[in-house]
Amino acid sequence: MANRLVLVFSVAIALLASAPLTAHHTGSTLLSETTVTLKGVVKTWLWSNPHCLLTLDVKGDDGQAVQWVLEAQAPNTIYPDGYRKNSFKAGDEVTVTLNPVVNGRPYGRIASVVLADGTRLGNVPGTGARGRGAAVQ
Amino acid sequence: MSDCFPALRIGFLSAALVLPAVVFAQSGAPQTWPDPVPNRPPVAEKDKKPAPRRSMVGMWGSRLGNQAKGVQLRPNDGRPENQLPYTPYGLELYKSHKALEGANPVPPAENNDPRVACEPLGFPRYNHYDLGVQIFQDDLKVAMLYHYDNRWRIIWTDGRPLPKLVDGGVEIDGQYREQRWFGYSVGRWIDDYTLEVQTVGTMPEDRVWLDNTGRPISDQARITETFRRLDYDTMEWSETIDDPKIYTRPWQTMKIPMTLQDPRTDVLTRYCSPFETATYNKVYGDGASGK
Repeated sequence: MANRLVLVFSVAIALLASAPLTAHHTGSTLLSETTVTLKGVVKTWLWSNPHCLLTLDVKGDDGQAVQWVLEAQAPNTIYPDGYRKNSFKAGDEVTVTLNPVVNGRPYGRIASVVLADGTRLGNVPGTGARGRGAAVQ
Repeated sequence: MSDCFPALRIGFLSAALVLPAVVFAQSGAPQTWPDPVPNRPPVAEKDKKPAPRRSMVGMWGSRLGNQAKGVQLRPNDGRPENQLPYTPYGLELYKSHKALEGANPVPPAENNDPRVACEPLGFPRYNHYDLGVQIFQDDLKVAMLYHYDNRWRIIWTDGRPLPKLVDGGVEIDGQYREQRWFGYSVGRWIDDYTLEVQTVGTMPEDRVWLDNTGRPISDQARITETFRRLDYDTMEWSETIDDPKIYTRPWQTMKIPMTLQDPRTDVLTRYCSPFETATYNKVYGDGASGK
């Protein structure tokens, strides 16, 4: 199934429940140091301050969609990583690696995103990434 | 009389229109919009050039400038060496601050950081948040344009004295003046490459924080900054605060190497918008906090 979780949702929840998560503070909320990877469909992409927000529908094995809301840093911070205001549109399939919040709710901080065409945004080692949209400002 | 030289006239006209553009285009780098982010890396040793005399002019950026976890030299990480010399009042004040970052962070829904309400950060917190500045100067003053929230301040270098710090403001020529978000700054050149700046008359502790982790600062603070031009592309920006109301002794907050950026850089806006902040809290902050 195209929209299934890359890391099955139940596994992610189990990780959240069992791992010795150390609350830390990366800007605006209490995040886990554990990263999980989700595959989902974009609902909205908000290019705004203090943080950009990506809302996704993520389907579990039971076919039920769970809405995840993910924050990125402010536009001026994530711009060098390839993010743009037009990086996502509703219906795009994306794979997101993120630090979830420690309370187990479907929120978290984006570490990196892979678009359907393979473009990677953020966390691209040694590249000074220029993702899709770099020439469209 | 008929025009005998239409082709010549058109030729001159064309040359007049085209030549300036050609000359302009050849006078420097290609005309374009550089990346709107001042993230030029430090200059290699072999490419370094001497600093100009008595000038801090330029677009300055730093990869170390976003001191999210507290001021650069003393991050609020719980380590003993980074504990601050609080007065009893300063410690009480610190404990009343609910910060999003630092050693004791709270979820977004529980914070009381004035920044989140889009209040001005005040001085010196502007030096500790998303640091990037454009500096202009003339014979009388240095003007600093902070990228974050498009704020600016003036440092007077015309020899005027630092105002006298009094309760609730400053005194200038026997007259009371009110506290200000950037206070009152005067600067003097220590040598041809070092500008020392003193600031007093900043906002009181119920309006501003020192950093993102809720450390306090009061209106009795005296802030000393040193801008030292190390070479053409590098400026070292240091800061020490002396605030006897909050801290038992002066301490240094930062010593940041700033890198000169492409002067054509047109930065992305980073306004604090109450509407966008409210949207963020509604869509993410409240839910992530379990509210």
